Amino acid sequence: MADSHGVVAEHAEHSPYLRHHFDSMEQQFDSATLGMWVFLLTEIMFFGGMFGAYTVYRSMYPGAFASTSMHMNPAFGAANTAVLIVSSLTMALAVRSARLGSQKALQLFLVLTMIFGIAFLVIKGFEYHEHWVDDKVPLFAGHWDYSNTKEFPHQAQYAKQAQILFCFYFFMTGFHAVHMLVGVGIMITILTMARRGIFSHKYFTPVEISGLYWHFVDIVWIFLFPLLYLIGNARKLI
Amino acid sequence: MHSVPSVRTYVTIWAILTFLTFATYYIAQIDLGQWNIVVALLIAFFKMSLVIFFFMNLKAESPLTKLFAAGGFFWMILLLGQFFVDYVSRSWMPGGKMW
Amino acid sequence: MSTALQTPEVAESPNYLNSEYGWRSWLFTKDHKRIAVLYIISITVMFFIGGIFASLIRVELLTPQGDLVNSDTYNKFFTMHGIVMVFFFLIPSIPATLGNFFLPIQIGAKDLAFPRINLLSWYIYIAGAIFALAAIVLGGVDTGWTFYTPFSSTYSNTFVITAAVGVFIAGFSSILTGLNFIVTVHKMRAPGMTWGRLPLFVWANYATSLIQVLGTPVVAITLALVGLERAFHIGIFDPAIGGDPILFQHMFWFYSHPAVYIMILPGMGVISEIVPCFSRKSIFGYPFIAGSSLGIAIIGFLVWGHHMFVTGMSMYASLYFSLLTMLVAVPSAVKVFNWTATMFRGSISYDTPMLYAFGFIGLFTIGGLTGLFLATLGVDVHVTDTYFVVAHFHYVMVGGMVLAYLGGMHFWWPKITGKLYPEGWARFAALLVFAGFNLTFFPQFITGYLGQPRRYHAYAPEFQVLNVMSTAGASVLGLGYVIPLIYMLWSLKYGKPAGNNPWKAKGLEWETSSPPPTFNFDTPPVVTEDAYAYASESSHEESHHG
Repeated sequence: MADSHGVVAEHAEHSPYLRHHFDSMEQQFDSATLGMWVFLLTEIMFFGGMFGAYTVYRSMYPGAFASTSMHMNPAFGAANTAVLIVSSLTMALAVRSARLGSQKALQLFLVLTMIFGIAFLVIKGFEYHEHWVDDKVPLFAGHWDYSNTKEFPHQAQYAKQAQILFCFYFFMTGFHAVHMLVGVGIMITILTMARRGIFSHKYFTPVEISGLYWHFVDIVWIFLFPLLYLIGNARKLI
Repeated sequence: MHSVPSVRTYVTIWAILTFLTFATYYIAQIDLGQWNIVVALLIAFFKMSLVIFFFMNLKAESPLTKLFAAGGFFWMILLLGQFFVDYVSRSWMPGGKMW
Repeated sequence: MSTALQTPEVAESPNYLNSEYGWRSWLFTKDHKRIAVLYIISITVMFFIGGIFASLIRVELLTPQGDLVNSDTYNKFFTMHGIVMVFFFLIPSIPATLGNFFLPIQIGAKDLAFPRINLLSWYIYIAGAIFALAAIVLGGVDTGWTFYTPFSSTYSNTFVITAAVGVFIAGFSSILTGLNFIVTVHKMRAPGMTWGRLPLFVWANYATSLIQVLGTPVVAITLALVGLERAFHIGIFDPAIGGDPILFQHMFWFYSHPAVYIMILPGMGVISEIVPCFSRKSIFGYPFIAGSSLGIAIIGFLVWGHHMFVTGMSMYASLYFSLLTMLVAVPSAVKVFNWTATMFRGSISYDTPMLYAFGFIGLFTIGGLTGLFLATLGVDVHVTDTYFVVAHFHYVMVGGMVLAYLGGMHFWWPKITGKLYPEGWARFAALLVFAGFNLTFFPQFITGYLGQPRRYHAYAPEFQVLNVMSTAGASVLGLGYVIPLIYMLWSLKYGKPAGNNPWKAKGLEWETSSPPPTFNFDTPPVVTEDAYAYASESSHEESHHG
């Protein structure tokens, strides 16, 4: 799969971004892309471990699970999903601009992607705040209260297992949010590089692989949304 | 390197994804019992496929890259599936239950 | 054995060692060969640290009473021994050292696909090691390297989070190495280097890399969840609120079982390089050895429950995992048969690498067979958590993996350093290692079967004689490790110059100079022959290399 003629390209033709150990820009680009996909594979397994554990506890405690899902706000979740999907659109358009060498469009779409990413985190922050005020944060003493209330008159029986499920909620969305933050950081880096005129239709690899990362974080959320917010919402509390 | 999808393609995919998001939200309000989760996950799976094949351009990638992407998901299934080899079969034991 | 050429120019020709000087040229290098040397130094240090804990264990076990230290301290000994040896020696060892050095050369490339990520993976390893050493210095961890909950997540009073962070970080190093290797093998092979011509060492590292990227993230999230549970005093493994400790074990072993294949597969790759060379014969059954590496990697993910037979896991799951564990032995056995068949009617020479290879084949076979005993449900109930298990895994890890590492280091030492080690001392040390190893661990099969439990600082008095033998063996084994350290360092200054191919071996690494130039080859190679194209003993082979 390496360059079939095995001849190193003439020095005069070298892009300044062709690294010495590669024979061609194509080999370099293909390697970077494959490398990012392999990295995303590790991310699938990282989140997959959590999804696996979550699924086990879900099946163990269906009653507690139905109960905790009453405290999730699907409107927030849906809004966040929509925001991330738009950010994926702008990211795809950014990569497209990079491929075509459209510098202004590239920078515009990178900025938009960042804005949507930050919007996601802000909405998440509101959500976490709501849980904090509502005493649904088992991670901190004094911020957990699952006793029976007028609105939820039967939930106290699930108080113990609900803590596990809320831990999952915070850990899963927390790890996801960390990945979003890293993504925003990557966007800043790419934007800086773009403003320095580094990218062209001949070299846009960093934009491409950052896009892959961003879309992947979006995909994780696409699954988190139904699993954490939607299931059980329609079911009546036992 | 690969051909570049058109803006129209991307916006169309975005529109479908957004539509599906609202669809999944509203379907969740309807009580389908056991099927709620199946429907929700199917929609999520379809959305994921759109993102992967179009936004991430897997459609245009080499068979090798596709194999690695598929492998990742398959491996996650392998993890989940084998967890459940234990948890599901606990209730088959005499006097046993999942928990 | 060949006599080395004494040409004065050999020492002066530009190579990766003398191309640049100064600490910056090492700490900021992108050269995979220098990074390999950095790893060799670091993991050797960690190996001896792990060895110190092993010595402390063996000294305590000289007497049946727990009289050297109390049980809490003893718990820390075996925990630190395990954590350091597993995560900071065995997992990185061959891939990060010999793999880093030779994988690009063996496929005819100038470097790995991502040289800077390669350097980053070393720095990450060092960061992880610092956390692990911090955990030791601050007072240790006592959970066992397996971090079982709820002890690790709630009840232990030791530096669990520090150690878990160290392991988490080291996991990234492993993932990045694996990622680098996968992309390199796919994208950077020289013209003519088809998959069917790859050295089996490359196949082995490739299969290992697949395990690294697929498995390590799961232990990462598992340990992260344990750390979070300790930090917040609440989490998902706490039985008081309905958490399932067995789930931790499922998640932990999902990685940690394939991890043992991360450890052994590269070692098997080394043996596949050594045996043909010192039998002067092409490897028998190349496609089966290559395929069995992949087979082990894949099936290795389907067997982890055999660590959990007595934990309360479903009996049906135990049946499933027991059956699959039997299956995973098959590809390993295939390799042993193929190595043996390679030697049959070969022209065997008994140089040090070959001595280690012989040791590997015998000891790994014993270790592997005892693994099958453990896979048998009925037997396992009797011997689980006894010294039988301890003996089993030391046979495969030390008798297998460490011997392969030493064999590989000796085989490739001339290429890495341009110097020859002293063969007489090397053979002596190899014999010490073999004898010391068996004296240390064979008695443990016996005491384990008779009922001595593992992870206890005291034992029934009737086991004392065997334990004393074991400790005596450990001293011999330790000496067997120290001697190579000394003569290899000695050879850096005083060893005879090696020449390009002192073993007359096949493989692209032997066609370049010793040590290799910075970009590995003076002219990019084009491959026209299969791997291991050793002719049956013929004289024209002698003058082949220039």
